[in-house]
Amino acid sequence: MAGGQERALRRRIKSIESTKKITRAMELIAATRVVKAQERAAAARPYAEEITSVILDLAKAGAATEHPLLRDYPDARTACMVVITSDRGLCGAYNSTVLRLAERELREHREHGLDYSLVVVGKKAETYFRFRNYRIDASFLGVTDRPTYDQAKQIAAAFRSRFENGEFSSVDLVYTRFKNAASQEAVVRRFLPLEVREREPSEGPTADLEYEPSPTAILNELLPRYVESRVFSALLDASASEHAARQRAMKAATDNAEELKINLTRIMNRARQDAITTEIMEIVGGAEALAQDKTEKEDLLPGLLMPEHLFAQQLDKTDHRPTFH
Amino acid sequence: MTLHVELVSPEAAVWQGDVESVLLRTIGGGEIQFLTGHAPFLGALDICSIEMRLPDGTLETCAVRGGFVEVSNDRVKILSDDADRPEHIDPDEARAARERAEEILRRVEHGAEAEQAADEIRWQSARLRAAGHQ
Repeated sequence: MAGGQERALRRRIKSIESTKKITRAMELIAATRVVKAQERAAAARPYAEEITSVILDLAKAGAATEHPLLRDYPDARTACMVVITSDRGLCGAYNSTVLRLAERELREHREHGLDYSLVVVGKKAETYFRFRNYRIDASFLGVTDRPTYDQAKQIAAAFRSRFENGEFSSVDLVYTRFKNAASQEAVVRRFLPLEVREREPSEGPTADLEYEPSPTAILNELLPRYVESRVFSALLDASASEHAARQRAMKAATDNAEELKINLTRIMNRARQDAITTEIMEIVGGAEALAQDKTEKEDLLPGLLMPEHLFAQQLDKTDHRPTFH
Repeated sequence: MTLHVELVSPEAAVWQGDVESVLLRTIGGGEIQFLTGHAPFLGALDICSIEMRLPDGTLETCAVRGGFVEVSNDRVKILSDDADRPEHIDPDEARAARERAEEILRRVEHGAEAEQAADEIRWQSARLRAAGHQ
């Protein structure tokens, strides 16, 4: 059994080593992706900021605020939720946190007697809700690895017109916000109706802006783009969070593999030493039995099987006592 | 005195720099040129090729497919979903796309498809203009 155990352990160590190589590679890939995703989020920020400031300027200038995207629809009995998860696993608790939050929110809506409409982004959300027999109104796959603005447009289109038609009382966005490389949190953000909060009228030009065409016409053009840009920045946030979560999960996996490898190597060495010791003991025991036999019957085997003859090199030369067991 | 221009699309900051003048086209307003000291202005962009004259006389262009322009305190902010710099424009491809759209427009005269084709023709023309072709 001794040799078999050693062989089995050796095989396990090998498989752990190759798993570790894979997780290490995934960790490094995720690390570069986090940086890239952060760069893209930074590149998208100027647009989002400018569009927000333009909207605020318009609101201050008194552009008509009865735009369908700004209005409340108290009669609507449906709450729309957009849930953003990843397409692939191996990213720790990233998906389950978002999904748990989304489902809790959904239940809350139902308790308030509201119907729901689900828009899911990412395969994980789709399979989760499909398995639990939720009705999915639209699903988008292959987005979160590297979101593009066109995809954000499509996602926004999935709920915008229905909101404008008064079908939805609200649209919430559930996704993972990227705080920094070490911490991300799942959040629910009220998305529509849009809230245009008045800013302190301290900076920038105010009412004496020239408009071409009218402020209301500009606002009508602007708001849909604002919605798209908000969806886009949520997608970018989610994407950066996903890669960060994957990096962390893979780092933990690599560390665990390393630890497991060390432990198994230790066990394997012990097993090998045990096997060697047992073998020596068997030989020594055998030789001793023969030596004892010899003292009784002198015609049997010569003293060649004494340990010092068999292991001339290995045995301690000073220790000739043949009886340690 | 120069104008500071920032041209941003949702995916990236496309161009920024100091210019003498900016020439562009707004919806319903036609062509408009901004020089330093222009009054605060906010407009919706048409499909057009924006021309920016630099202090050293060179001309920078960029094709945009709609968007917004805000001018205040000698700063020009241009936001556009679709902004193409000349180096990203392949004239042959743009011409081919324009011809395809013209083909569609000959077949259908009304409706959404015709409108889309007309937009496409203007967009490809703007791209060609930005790239220095007609």
